[in-house]
Amino acid sequence: MSIAVRRLLLAWIGLIALLALTVGLAFLPLGAAKPAAAYLIATAKAALVLWYFMELRREGGLPRLAAGAGFVWLSVLLVLTAADFLSRN
Amino acid sequence: MTRASNRPPVVPPEAALPSYLRAGYTLRSWLLTTDHKRIAILYLVSISFFFLIGAIAAALIRLELLTPAGDLLTNDGYNRAFSIHGIIMVWFFLIPSIPNTFGNFLIPLMIGARDLAFPRLNLLSWYIYVVAGLITLYVVLSGGVDTGWTFYTPLSSVYANGAVVAAILAVFISGFSSILTGLNFIVTVHKLRAPGMTWGRLPLFVWSHYATSIIFVLATPVLAITLLLVAAERLFGIGVFDPALGGDPLLFQHLFWFYSHPAVYIMILPALGVISELITSAAHKRIFGYWFVAYASIAIAVIGFFVWGHHMFVSGQSYYASAIFSFLSIAVAVPSAIKVYNWTATLYKGDIELNAPLLYAMGFIGLFVAGGLTGLMLAMLAIDVHVHDTYFVVAHFHYIMVGGTVTAFFGAMHYWWPKITGRLYPEAWARASALVILVGFNVTFFPLFLLGYEGMPRRYHVYPESFQVLQVISSCGALLLAAGYLLPVAYLGWSLFRGAKAPANPWGATGLEWTTSSPPPKHNFIEQPVVERGPYDYPISDPLSRSND
Ligand SMILES: [Cu+2]
Repeated sequence: MSIAVRRLLLAWIGLIALLALTVGLAFLPLGAAKPAAAYLIATAKAALVLWYFMELRREGGLPRLAAGAGFVWLSVLLVLTAADFLSRN
Repeated sequence: MTRASNRPPVVPPEAALPSYLRAGYTLRSWLLTTDHKRIAILYLVSISFFFLIGAIAAALIRLELLTPAGDLLTNDGYNRAFSIHGIIMVWFFLIPSIPNTFGNFLIPLMIGARDLAFPRLNLLSWYIYVVAGLITLYVVLSGGVDTGWTFYTPLSSVYANGAVVAAILAVFISGFSSILTGLNFIVTVHKLRAPGMTWGRLPLFVWSHYATSIIFVLATPVLAITLLLVAAERLFGIGVFDPALGGDPLLFQHLFWFYSHPAVYIMILPALGVISELITSAAHKRIFGYWFVAYASIAIAVIGFFVWGHHMFVSGQSYYASAIFSFLSIAVAVPSAIKVYNWTATLYKGDIELNAPLLYAMGFIGLFVAGGLTGLMLAMLAIDVHVHDTYFVVAHFHYIMVGGTVTAFFGAMHYWWPKITGRLYPEAWARASALVILVGFNVTFFPLFLLGYEGMPRRYHVYPESFQVLQVISSCGALLLAAGYLLPVAYLGWSLFRGAKAPANPWGATGLEWTTSSPPPKHNFIEQPVVERGPYDYPISDPLSRSND
């Protein structure tokens, strides 16, 4: 097995482990910390995908900027949806 | 057909090669082709088929609405008719309509490339579309769905009967076709532009498809995930949207419209690109404010992602969020207005040739303005409370999608018909059809504004008798509109076999696509074109020249 394939495989195992962690945490009595923990794990998963599967670790500024723009775009969805959810009564 | 065609025909060197239509005669040579032009034809045939199915559903709706009583269809049957109409027209006609046919055919020609960047992905996207389409046909044959095209939860995820999961699967799969197309266009525009084809020399058709592609790539995955969540809730009872399971039904509307409002721009942006080409060619004039029109496309694509909450003003969304979305929705009208002003300014003092494509383009402008301005009305919180979920909304979006996109589609069909088929269409018939479509459209859809303003809710087939006159006018208009759409099918079909042979550049237009033969050979150009002028540098000295010296 080449190093590249082994690296991808390890990243994939990491993703599955984090998924198991998400599912496991959902059953623990964490209260308000539960969503925070879930978002933290989700961010870690996204980082693994960006860094290893999308090969951003080998890329220069422009591709990283483009990927970053994707995050800004996603934040539009999250922030404006939260603007509704948090101000409902 | 035109003044330009009266000149002695100039023959480009590509005319010596067999055209893309004659590059192979077997079914296999079509079904396994990687030529962007042939794939465009494959798409044209398949979206026309789905347009027909969607139109049959519309005909059922208009027939039912002739009388105030629900006498043709049952309640459930009516729900299924408008759901099938919406799902097919949105995802199997409007979304792929202009990008996958004219975009596919023209983008490589316009930028001086041999093909798209990923020809096999292009073919794959058509096969994905076909698979999704077959599943949709299964949905139609198995009795359909009653959720509407919007699949609102918890109706779709809990209560609806019918083949909801299959319908969701079809839309989900068709999304991959959109994503591949968007990806292909973006890479093509970045990487395959001919020498001298700078960003400032890109035809506005290409700019608008570039903007569309950004939406394809960014928005479609959100729809895919949202629909998967609906299926998960329906099949496995995983609570996401159903309040009884701890979910939030408004979350569905947020996610759905985060895709579906930008999807409206997927449907209209390519049409805006078509109109820019039609207007400049007919006016023989440089576009007024090139960069404003180009960046207006990008601005529409970007701001279009910030406005989705205007679909939720009366759904229980917070007033605070509604106020924000109302403001942002008004803002997105600015770049559209810029385009309209710039088109009219382009026509001003132009050397105008009142040909059929221009008639379609001017019809488009009028209908697009009417649809756009009523959109502004709907973006106002107070007005929306009054007309939300009424025929006013139905009229508004049909003005944009049918009056706008479908009219532009027919305009494009006439303008590029000589390039695509190598034949000239009969001009008098074409002008007549443009007028019939314009009149038929308005008779069909203008009454819906009045009905909506008076309070007729959408998605009902039983209505008070006082609404019948307007409903009957609308149904008669639909008949006229159908005739207007069938007329071009007849005379374009005739011209395919009997029409005069088209020269390379029948319009005397500046675009690179007009410097190769009609129809073009397999790889478009014999030699790599080198671009030496802007996209609309009129007047041109020689119809086949790439410079104006
Ligand atoms: Cu919208």
